[in-house]
Amino acid sequence: MIPAYLLLLLPLLGIFYFALFGHQEDVGRQNIRFNAVTLFLSLWLAVNVFNSGTLLSAEEYFIVDSFNVYLIVLTAFVGFTTSIFSAPYMAHEKDIGKLTDKRLRLYYSMYQGFMFAMYLVLTTNNMGVMWVAMEAATLATVLLVSLYRTPESIEAAWKYFILCGVGIAQALFGTILLYYAATQFSDAENALMWSVLYENAKLLNPEILEIAFVFMLIGYGTKIGLVPLHNWLPDAHSEGPTPMSAVLSGLLLNDALYAVVRNKMLIDGATDSHIAGYLMMGFGLLSFLVAAFFLHRQKDIKRLFSYSSIEHMGLMTFAFGIGTPFATFAALLHMTVHSLTKSAIFVTVGHAAQISGTQSIEKIRGLIKTQPKVGWGLLIGTLAIAGFPPFGVFTSEFLVLLATMQSFPWLTPFLLLGIGIACAGLFRNVQPMVYGERPEGKQAVQANLWPVMIHLVIVLWLGLAIPNFLADWFTQATILISGSAPL
Amino acid sequence: MDIENLDHYSQLILSLAALVTLTSFIMLAQGRLLRLVFVFALQGFMLVLATTIAAYSFDNPHLYISAAITMALKVLFIPWMLRRHILKLDMHRDVEALSNKTSVMLGGASLVVFSYYVLHPIMQNSSMILLNALSLSLAVILLGMLLMISHHQAIAHVVGFMSIENGLFFAATVSTNGMPMVVELGVAFDVLVAAVLFGIFFLHISSSIDSLDVDKMNRLNEVDQ
Repeated sequence: MIPAYLLLLLPLLGIFYFALFGHQEDVGRQNIRFNAVTLFLSLWLAVNVFNSGTLLSAEEYFIVDSFNVYLIVLTAFVGFTTSIFSAPYMAHEKDIGKLTDKRLRLYYSMYQGFMFAMYLVLTTNNMGVMWVAMEAATLATVLLVSLYRTPESIEAAWKYFILCGVGIAQALFGTILLYYAATQFSDAENALMWSVLYENAKLLNPEILEIAFVFMLIGYGTKIGLVPLHNWLPDAHSEGPTPMSAVLSGLLLNDALYAVVRNKMLIDGATDSHIAGYLMMGFGLLSFLVAAFFLHRQKDIKRLFSYSSIEHMGLMTFAFGIGTPFATFAALLHMTVHSLTKSAIFVTVGHAAQISGTQSIEKIRGLIKTQPKVGWGLLIGTLAIAGFPPFGVFTSEFLVLLATMQSFPWLTPFLLLGIGIACAGLFRNVQPMVYGERPEGKQAVQANLWPVMIHLVIVLWLGLAIPNFLADWFTQATILISGSAPL
Repeated sequence: MDIENLDHYSQLILSLAALVTLTSFIMLAQGRLLRLVFVFALQGFMLVLATTIAAYSFDNPHLYISAAITMALKVLFIPWMLRRHILKLDMHRDVEALSNKTSVMLGGASLVVFSYYVLHPIMQNSSMILLNALSLSLAVILLGMLLMISHHQAIAHVVGFMSIENGLFFAATVSTNGMPMVVELGVAFDVLVAAVLFGIFFLHISSSIDSLDVDKMNRLNEVDQ
C-alpha cells in the first residue's frame, strides 16, 4: 500500500508547493517532475497489484484492485503527458499577457489539486469519501475554467459550478440511501466501505438500492456529461485553458463513470434484475446520438471536441450497461483509447488555437502549411477518434458493436448511425482547418508535440495488437466487474 | 398513523421536518434577498436542533460535533458572508419580481407529493418517521432546485444550492444518525470551500456583467445568433 499513500501525498504537497512557488521561471518543468514521480508510483502500485491481487490498507480506508489500478495508471500517464504539454503552453499564455504570476500559481496549484482529487476518487474504499473527492475535483477545476477571467469564462465556470454542484448533490442523496440500506446489517463506521458492501451485497435491500442507483446515475452522470445533463461540459471545455480540457476529457469523465460502475456492481449483487444496466444503456445511447448530431453545428473548435467526448462517454456508459463480460472488456478498452486520443487531440487543438489566435473553426485554416506537425497531429487524432482502422478506437468500437449484436441486436443500427453521423460531423469541420490556404501572418508557435505522438502511437499499437499483459489486466478487471472472463 | 403513540424523539423530528420544508417554501416565495438569507439561516438552525435532538436521544456524541459544524457554517458563516455581499453590492433594496409565484408554489407542492411517491417503495421495511423524514428531505432538495430555477439573482442560486445541502444533511441525520465522521467532515469542508468560491464569483460576475442577474449571462449557447 505504500505507493498508494505516496501517490496521494505527493499531489497534496504539490498544492501547497505551487501555491507558494508557482510563479518561478521553470515551474512547468517542476510540474512535469511531480507528475513523473506519480506516474512512477502508479506503475509501482500496478506491479504490486499484479503480484498480490487486491490490496486493502490496514484500516480499510483504501482499496486497490485491478479495476481501479488500471485507471490510476491511466490518470497518472495522461496527467504526466499533459503536464509536458502545459509547460510551454502556459509560458506562451503568460508571454502574450493573458496570465499573471498569481494566476499561474493558481493554475499549477489547482492542477495538483485536481490530480489529488482524482487519485482519491480512485483509491478510496469509502463511497462517501468518493463523493467528497468528486466534489473536490469540481471545486479545483472551477477556478481553472475561469482562469482567463473573461466574461465568457466566468459564465462557463458559474454554469459548471452550479450544474455539477446540484447534480452531484443527487449522488450524495443516493449515497445516503445506500448507507441507510447498509446500516441494516453492518455497524455504522464500516457501512460505507466498498469492501464490506460488496461482500454483503446480497443482504442489501434491493428496492432501496434501485432508488439509490437512480440518484447516483443522475448525480455522477452530470459529471460524465450524459445528455440531458451535459450543458456545462462544452462551455467549461471551451472557455478554460486547453491543458485543462485535456485532463477534464481524458480523466474526470472516466473517473465519474468509474463511480457509476462501482455502484452498478453493488446493485447487480443486490438485485437479480438488470435495471441498472438498462438505465445506463438508455442514458448512454441517448448521449451518444444527441452528441453526434450536435457535432455538425459547432463553430468553436474546443466545443466540437467536447461534444465528441460526450459521444464517447455515452458509448462507454452504454457498453458498461450491457454488462456482459465481452461488453465490459470493450468498454474498458474504449476508456483507455478515448482518454489517450482525446487528450492528444486537445494538445493539438490548443496549439492550433494559439497559432490562429482564435478558437473559431471558420478562422482556423491551413494548419498543415503553417505548422505541419500540428496539422498532421490534428488530422491523425481526428482519424483515430472517429474510429478509423487501424487505430485502437476502431477496435473498441467494433467490440462494442459485436457485444451489442450478441445481446441486443436491434440496437446495432442506432450505434452504426451514430458512428456515421459523428464521423461526418468531425470531418466536415476538421478538413478545412487542416488543409487549405494558409492565412496571412500566422506564425508557428513553440510546441512540444511529444505527448501527442506518444499517445497516438499507443492508440495505434492497441489497434494493431493488444499486448498480453494488458489483455490479462483488462480480463482481470472484467472478471471483477461482471463476474466472468470475456472470452 | 397515530402521532400520540410515537415517542418524543419521533414527534420532535417529524415537526422539525415539517418546519424545514416550510422554510423551503418561504424561501421559494421570497423576493427580498436579505430576508431570503435570513430564512436560510433559520432553516440551518432547525437542522442544528434536529441534529442535537438526535445526538441526545441516541447518545451519539459525534452528532454534537456535526451540529456544531452546521451551526458555525450554515447558521453563522454563510448567511454572514451572503449578507455582507448583498450590502456591499447594494442589493438589499432590490425586490425580485416573481412573475409566476402561483405556479412556482404549486410546482413546489407537487414536488413534495413526488418525493413521497419516489420513496414509497421503501415503506415496507422502514418506520413511518423515517419515510416522512426522508421524503421531506428529498422535497427540500428538489425545492432548492426549484428555487434556483425560479430566481434570477446569483445570491438566490447560492441559497438554493446551500439549502440542497441542508436537505442532504437532514436526510443523513434522520435516516442513519449521521454519516461516518470522515464523510461528514469532508462534506463540510467542500461546503466551506464552495461558499468561499461563491464569494469570489460574485465579485467577478458583478464586474463582468454589472449585476448579479444570471439571466444576463447568455454569451454561451447552442442557438445561432
